[in-house]
Amino acid sequence: MDSFKLKGLLILAVLIVGTLFAAPSFFGSKEVPEGWIGPKEKIRLGLDLQGGIHLVLRVVTDKAVESRLNSVASDLKSQMINERIHYSSVSAESPEILQVVLRVPDDYAKLGKLITDSYPYLREANRSTAGGTMTVNYQISADEASTIRTQAVEQALETVRNRIDQFGVSEPSIIPQGNDRIVLQLPGVTDPERAKALLKNTAILEFKLVDEERSVQDALRGDTPSGSYVAYMKDGNQPILLKQRAVMTGDLLDDARVRIQSTYNQPYVEISFSRQGGRIFERVTSENVGKRLAILLDGKVYSAPVIREAIAGGRAIIEGNFTDEEASDLAIILRAGSLPAPVDILEERTVGPSLGQDSIYQGFLSMIIGGLVVVAFMIVYYKFSGLIADLALIANIVLILGALAVLGATLTLPGLGGIVLTIGMAVDANVLVYERIKEELRLGRTAKMAVEAGYKNALPAILDANITTLIAAIVLFQFGTGPVQGFAVTLSIGIVASLFTALVLCRWIQEWLVNYQKIERISI
Amino acid sequence: MDIIRPGTQIDFMKYRKAAFALSAALIIISIAALFVRGLNYGTDFTGGTEIQVAFSKTVKTDEVRSAIDPIGLAGAAIQSIGEDRDNEFLIRTPAEGDTGGEAAQQIEGALKSTFGEETVDIRRVDVVGAAVSQDLKQKGFLSLFYAGIGLLIYIWWRFKISYSVAAILALTHDVIITVGMFSITGREISLPVIAAFLTVIGYSLNDTIIIFDRIRENIKKATGPFDYPSLLDSSISQTLSRTLITSSTTLFVVLALFLFGGSVINNFAFAIMVGLIVGTYSSIFIASPILLLFSRTKK
Repeated sequence: MDSFKLKGLLILAVLIVGTLFAAPSFFGSKEVPEGWIGPKEKIRLGLDLQGGIHLVLRVVTDKAVESRLNSVASDLKSQMINERIHYSSVSAESPEILQVVLRVPDDYAKLGKLITDSYPYLREANRSTAGGTMTVNYQISADEASTIRTQAVEQALETVRNRIDQFGVSEPSIIPQGNDRIVLQLPGVTDPERAKALLKNTAILEFKLVDEERSVQDALRGDTPSGSYVAYMKDGNQPILLKQRAVMTGDLLDDARVRIQSTYNQPYVEISFSRQGGRIFERVTSENVGKRLAILLDGKVYSAPVIREAIAGGRAIIEGNFTDEEASDLAIILRAGSLPAPVDILEERTVGPSLGQDSIYQGFLSMIIGGLVVVAFMIVYYKFSGLIADLALIANIVLILGALAVLGATLTLPGLGGIVLTIGMAVDANVLVYERIKEELRLGRTAKMAVEAGYKNALPAILDANITTLIAAIVLFQFGTGPVQGFAVTLSIGIVASLFTALVLCRWIQEWLVNYQKIERISI
Repeated sequence: MDIIRPGTQIDFMKYRKAAFALSAALIIISIAALFVRGLNYGTDFTGGTEIQVAFSKTVKTDEVRSAIDPIGLAGAAIQSIGEDRDNEFLIRTPAEGDTGGEAAQQIEGALKSTFGEETVDIRRVDVVGAAVSQDLKQKGFLSLFYAGIGLLIYIWWRFKISYSVAAILALTHDVIITVGMFSITGREISLPVIAAFLTVIGYSLNDTIIIFDRIRENIKKATGPFDYPSLLDSSISQTLSRTLITSSTTLFVVLALFLFGGSVINNFAFAIMVGLIVGTYSSIFIASPILLLFSRTKK
């Protein structure tokens, strides 16, 4: 077999593979029929075409550092009591500063030793003495703070993934961006409020005893007893006085399920603790029979039932006048674990399914209309050679679609625009070659020589012109987001595909015509 | 069939002064418009909330306004989009972040209670925070800048520095006029529009390069001294039918996109259409004459 035939076979192979990969996408939302032997991957549609939500979250990592300092503060308090260091307060002064106020300045040396031994990542920033007390500020080391921040983002990513998985979104995309951002694409989800509620709850579950010895009214008037604080009920916002210390937290949670209370058909969430959690829960309840135990989620009190007896078996229930949706989302959040730090929503884009449908329809309509005009024009202007260019154009579109499916790239509305634009520009290479061939023919060259010279002379210009467009497309891909990247992708693929169809496919056909079919007059 | 009869030579260089004057006027108008009217940045770049809503019955802009007025959103802008019969509107407010999410909810609630739950179709909601919009704006304009640098280097490598500078000047000319058209028509600049500007850059260069390539080839072929202006004229003339054909096929498809592509992509198509026309003009009447200027200053 000569190299020309081999080349033909290779071209045919590329076209067949392209068609096989492109074919499944033509079934749209329908299933690929049984017995189809080719690949089944369809082109992924962007959110702007299929509807869905795009969210950019920012993990407030300052809060993660601050909450570490707060837990240091509470550990430090008990250590200082053991070491007989007399303090009046310990707290996180700012996200990175821990402040200790000593009642006896002479204890400073002991405090310094305690800190160096137990918390080597804390450095004294400054200290001052006033009115018999000494205030010492400790700064958390940059390394430790950045480790906490990184871990917070990683853990938040994990939690967000868990929640979305459990929520049941098909093909979500959840990726970190920059230092503290998480980008989510949720195809098919169209209720932004519900999605946001699902993601924004830090879901810190705490159990605290109600302070029944003192009155909440006094506390509201400003006379809050030490060790207690005023919290509010989730429904109705009534104030309730709670002990500050949580007797138990949600870390030891094993599972959370929605149950329906039969009498009122009211959903509630049943949580079960791990073995260890169950033991603690049993001890806490047995020590506090007759008292009220408040269940808090993210600082809001959901319920505060009276403990009638020690609860064994490690189960508890959360009630709160939920709708079915709320109860099921709450169970998801509890199962998926808490967020290490709160998240802000920086960007939120929702496309409803109707707009997506319209966009697909309008995109394809303009592609077909534009395409038909170009096809007709090429035939009128270049006759039979125009027809060859048209075949190449169709092959080009099939190759673009096939490449999109293979690469797992996402087709967006601007991406469709990119394909439409490619249709207009793809024939450019053909036009350049044909104009050259015409010039050669006018000089009296034979068909064979004209074809050869035409492709050869047009080549540098075609390459330069396409490479410059490719440069623009690559820059676009680097800096663009979402839909715009989709445009950059189709434009780049379109350029490469059109170089193949114009310079390889068309050239082969025309060389075959003049060399093997001995055509002496080119219809051009 | 031929658009341009073979062998035709048009004296393009003769018109260069007129072309420079026309371009100078267009650029001055564009820059003046940018100063006086500014650009209508979309939510992508200003931050805020944008809601696209369609009604299944006839609704007027004023009715939409009076429905959402009671919420008391500062600076809410309502704009009818698409055909009149679509009853489709864009509602924009500067409210962003978490309050933006609330604003979107309030607007949806107000529309549904005024016009009826079933008639209201919330087609799209964008809420963009200040941090993100700053980022997008910076990235958007940086991308134009980097593309310019990348192309400058590429053409410099493939041709000569004078070709490179001439091409970049022509391209800057195209972008200024296209952006100017957005300022004059008050069309919204969104992320896809920036993408369109980049495409204009790539496309306009396409045309210019094809002509430069022919100039280079003709210089190589020339034996002995030649008349530079007439060499430029013949190079442009030889490539003229290609320039016109490719520009028209591209224009056909972009026109289809502009007319039938729908509201979301309308501004994108508009940008490419304007850029295409200006780009074709500048590759003939601006880029090559600039080359001529350079060759004169060299002597």
